[in-house]
Amino acid sequence: MPWDRNQMAARAAQELEDGMYVNLGIGIPTLVANYVGDKDITLQSENGMLGMGPFPFEGEEDPDLINAGKQTITELRRTAYFDSATSFGMIRGGKIAAAILGAMEVSEDGDLANWMIPGKLVKGMGGAMDLVAGVGRVIVVMDHTNKHGDSKVLKECTLPLTGKGVVDRIITNLGVLDVGQKGLHIVECADGVSREDIIAATEATIV
Amino acid sequence: MNKIYPNASAALDGLLHDGMLIAAGGFGLCGIPELLLQAIKEAGTKDLTFASNNAGVDDFGIGILLQTRQVKKMISSYVGENAEFMRQYLSGELELEFNPQGTLAERMRAGGCGIPGFFTKTGVGTVIAEGKDHKDFNGETYIMEEGIFADLSIVKAWKADETGNLIFRKTARNFNPPAAMCGKTCVVEVEEIVPTGSLDPDNIHLPGIYVHRIIQGEHEKRIEQRTTRKREDA
Repeated sequence: MPWDRNQMAARAAQELEDGMYVNLGIGIPTLVANYVGDKDITLQSENGMLGMGPFPFEGEEDPDLINAGKQTITELRRTAYFDSATSFGMIRGGKIAAAILGAMEVSEDGDLANWMIPGKLVKGMGGAMDLVAGVGRVIVVMDHTNKHGDSKVLKECTLPLTGKGVVDRIITNLGVLDVGQKGLHIVECADGVSREDIIAATEATIV
Repeated sequence: MNKIYPNASAALDGLLHDGMLIAAGGFGLCGIPELLLQAIKEAGTKDLTFASNNAGVDDFGIGILLQTRQVKKMISSYVGENAEFMRQYLSGELELEFNPQGTLAERMRAGGCGIPGFFTKTGVGTVIAEGKDHKDFNGETYIMEEGIFADLSIVKAWKADETGNLIFRKTARNFNPPAAMCGKTCVVEVEEIVPTGSLDPDNIHLPGIYVHRIIQGEHEKRIEQRTTRKREDA
């Protein structure tokens, strides 16, 4: 059985180590926060906050306290607030240990496309280009194939890039792959998924 | 030196002209200068370029100036929440320059610090890098981005003292300090003006040197995405 969204998030949470400062993207990456267990992880929200807490209780929403997805959230005892220039200073400056992000396509060279489909509504890259250029480690979490069954893990991305050679590890519903020198390495297969299943579902070179 | 004005229109008097570049603070609808935007709408100033992370929603924030066709160009990182924006953009009525969010913030900060250009890794190898100067430092490639020097800054803070020292609240700080820094003139709207001397000098978020005019007013502070958890989940 391939992993479901929650299992992918749980697997991604294993990438995080005690003491890390981490930025989580929108979608499945947001679920990773539910699986960090006892590890001491500080979440960054790039609109200007370290130490992001859970959603507020009903009636306690504060319009001055939102995350980068514009959702109402809460603060923790460790929380610090700062402006956007400082926030991206710590991102660009390599102070954030890891970012876990969704993707439309990833290439075997670690290129990432996740912000724009030509001819469709273009909303903007937000902070994604800064994150992938700056953080210590970029982990992509996404389905291995699109809704037509085509591989999203490609020799070369077809969509406009968010970053070139920026992805370190890919976690999909089928398993875990690392970006290496000459292609992708299979690190782990989901329960009941074989290496051959992953190779068959992948357009990129697997070594 | 009086920096305090009675209302938003009075605070903008003499500062607005067609075709100007305005840097605006805020992230989504959080910490936006909603009173000053309303006053710009009422003033009818046209062909505006806004450097602002977002473009508001249809009936709030910069969105109200799109409705009246007062905006010529947006410099933004994300504009997904605004149907009228998309309509004007797709029909060619509105120019759009996408900047990565951190690049936009740093362009504002740099402009305010007298730095006309800087190098960043962000966007290297993407469409953002096309036509920009590339330079290698220590074996890595960077692109040059330019500081933003705005004609006017409009920002929202929580509290100001009478000399313009500012305190922001939680994540409503966001783009407000860098936006405030990069304008020739900066007008600030706050929830409360407090007597000079009542703010802790060690805890000023933006010194009053960047602030030229201040107004106090009632803010709607609209929530874009209300997300909550139930008490039994605790």
